[in-house]
Amino acid sequence: MCHESLQKDYMLLGVAAQPDTECFGIPLQIFRELGFEKLVLQIGRGLVRPEPCTFGDFTLEVFQYKDSIAEEIQRADLVISHAGSCLETLGAGKPLLVVVNDQLMDNHQLELARQLHRDGHLYYCTCKTLADTMKSMDLSALKPFLPGKTEEFAIFMDRIVGLEKVD
Amino acid sequence: GGHTTEILRLMESLSPCYNPRHYVIAETDTMSKDKICCLEVSRKYKYAEQEYTIHKIPRSREVHQSWSSTLLTTLHSLLYSGPLVFTLKPDLILCNGPGTCVPLCISALLLGVLGIKRILIVYVESICRVEKLSLSGKILYYLSDYFLVQWPNLKEKYPRSIYLGRVV
Repeated sequence: MCHESLQKDYMLLGVAAQPDTECFGIPLQIFRELGFEKLVLQIGRGLVRPEPCTFGDFTLEVFQYKDSIAEEIQRADLVISHAGSCLETLGAGKPLLVVVNDQLMDNHQLELARQLHRDGHLYYCTCKTLADTMKSMDLSALKPFLPGKTEEFAIFMDRIVGLEKVD
Repeated sequence: GGHTTEILRLMESLSPCYNPRHYVIAETDTMSKDKICCLEVSRKYKYAEQEYTIHKIPRSREVHQSWSSTLLTTLHSLLYSGPLVFTLKPDLILCNGPGTCVPLCISALLLGVLGIKRILIVYVESICRVEKLSLSGKILYYLSDYFLVQWPNLKEKYPRSIYLGRVV
């Protein structure tokens, strides 16, 4: 059940949480224990379609697609996602937990997620270890991901095409 | 989508001298056009007299496509990219990995071989490629003039490549 839900287009923007409802094999209880109040779910082409709901202090929002998820990322305190959203999330300076679908072996985006994990920029887990990782991870230990040096590229290009810089 | 985002970040950094710009995208790509237009509109605010055009060519290969059919679809793409490159005669081709770039670069090389024009080919491998090159990368590693990688592991494995650090 768990891996079906955590498909390619699945992303959680966790904020804080509540009780007994099972969500994709992960009890929302976990979010509550960790102090989240809201969970925003992008289900994409996912087979599981939970209903949005509110109980007590906790809210579950659900959407399929948005033109831009940048706003949702900005609002989040934690993003849980497949490997494809790494750069956008890290670029926004948000803590990221990447869930690897171990059923989908042929995914080169995993290489990037693994490297960024090695470099301390994000956490990384499988469907099965998601709950445990969420409980044990320390978001403050994540290192900021600095933007790429596009100006180095521009300087390089100008040099190879023969554009002289006039100072 | 990933390729487009990356190449547009690179494009943003380039001076207004790189003009006019011709973007070549796969026929089946519906999202890139909007992203390109967005960037170009902001460039128009920054710089005067900027021109750009978007061209579409058939995709040379779908993910997991078989080799025998890839040969056919690549030849099909060449039928479009060849005339495009011959007509435009660009000074520079900048590409970053989607299948569309291989027939374009082959066409550019052909122009050089025929003595018509020497086109500079710059390939920037995707930031997602940390340990292994993409298929386009493996092909263009030998065919490009400058081959950029964004992770040190790749620089070690492919000594002919250029490593400037992460540029995207």
